[in-house]
Amino acid sequence: MRRRVPQLVCGLFGLLIFTLHFLTSDQAHRTYRLILDDYYQIVFAFALLVGVVSFIRVNLKAVERGKDRPYRIVSLLGLLLMPVLAMGWGIGGDSPFLWVFDNVQVPMQATVFALLAFYVASASFRGFRARSLPATVLLLSALLTLLSRSDLGGFMAEYITPVADWVRYNPSMSARRAILIGIGLGSLTTSLRVILGIERTWLGGGK
Amino acid sequence: MDIGIIIAGLLTLAIFSFLYRDNPVYKMAESLLIGVSIGYFLVITWDNTLRANLFDPLFTGGEIDLLIPFGLGLLMFGRFSSKTSALSRIPIAVLIGSGAGVAIPAMLGARTLAQMSATVQPLLTESGWLNVSGLVVLVGVLCTLAYFYFSREHQGTLGRVAKTGTWFLMIFFGTTFGYTVMSRMSTLIGRVEFLLSDFLKLTN
Repeated sequence: MRRRVPQLVCGLFGLLIFTLHFLTSDQAHRTYRLILDDYYQIVFAFALLVGVVSFIRVNLKAVERGKDRPYRIVSLLGLLLMPVLAMGWGIGGDSPFLWVFDNVQVPMQATVFALLAFYVASASFRGFRARSLPATVLLLSALLTLLSRSDLGGFMAEYITPVADWVRYNPSMSARRAILIGIGLGSLTTSLRVILGIERTWLGGGK
Repeated sequence: MDIGIIIAGLLTLAIFSFLYRDNPVYKMAESLLIGVSIGYFLVITWDNTLRANLFDPLFTGGEIDLLIPFGLGLLMFGRFSSKTSALSRIPIAVLIGSGAGVAIPAMLGARTLAQMSATVQPLLTESGWLNVSGLVVLVGVLCTLAYFYFSREHQGTLGRVAKTGTWFLMIFFGTTFGYTVMSRMSTLIGRVEFLLSDFLKLTN
């Protein structure tokens, strides 16, 4: 019963949304939008809240045990800071909430993203060796893209850029298309399996 | 100097300190980033979704039907007790079921059919020449799909076609890698420029 009811709900909602997609009446369209724009978003927001509560619980337990205490406290203070600022001064243009976002969150996020440039470079030094013909093709393709999109290739841009664009829009695009077709078919079959109750891993363990 | 720039500069350096090795300054900045990001996202979710789409219309506008998603959302919190954890499967079922229902036509349309129709182009141009680009795309898609076809052993003709597919895949991976490097590099240039011009005032 604890697994059957959710399975039934899942199948019914899946069938309902699938059917509504093909119906053309205004009522069907309104119901479709109501479920996806309102109900889905709201339930999803609650799922995210559960994640936040879970994060707080895990960190509080770690603080109690003394494991990485200073870092956990900083995380919790950071989490607490944003709602406090939002409740006190709002989230508009010149609010402290937006100030923290602009001067704390954005610079750190951008730096973490930039940090990966070093690791991408080091990985390519180790991995990009022309040991076989396919590896050489990969290397050449990457080099062509890098040259065509950087100042380094500026002096020969008129030759390199059209070749790089042709590679990008034809052979590279064809492999991308095949992968997208595969993803589409895979998602389609997985969705069908979920609706028909064949795929049940989302129910998790337990009774 | 603006206090915001000083803080942003110090936090940028704290994150970059990871390049030396994992250290307490980096860990502190990382923990702060995690906390602030979750806090930001919590506020935005509250303001954009829960307040705007649920609490205001329900309690001020009197839209009683919103009690359904509200009740489903509250069931999510059943997860925190072993006695009520099974209840949280119902809102999850709504999310998974709706997601699966919307994914079937969306995936079929945007991913599969649209890509297939874009692949099939006229093989002759208007002036009667062979459309080489169109032929390359067609051959590339078919060969790459053959590479991902695992129901038969890759031997004989299928093996050769699949092998050709790997060439196209290599070109794709190379191009994608090139663009990834470029995006990371441009962000890195942005951060270094910020440090040198705004924070340290070494350049204009």
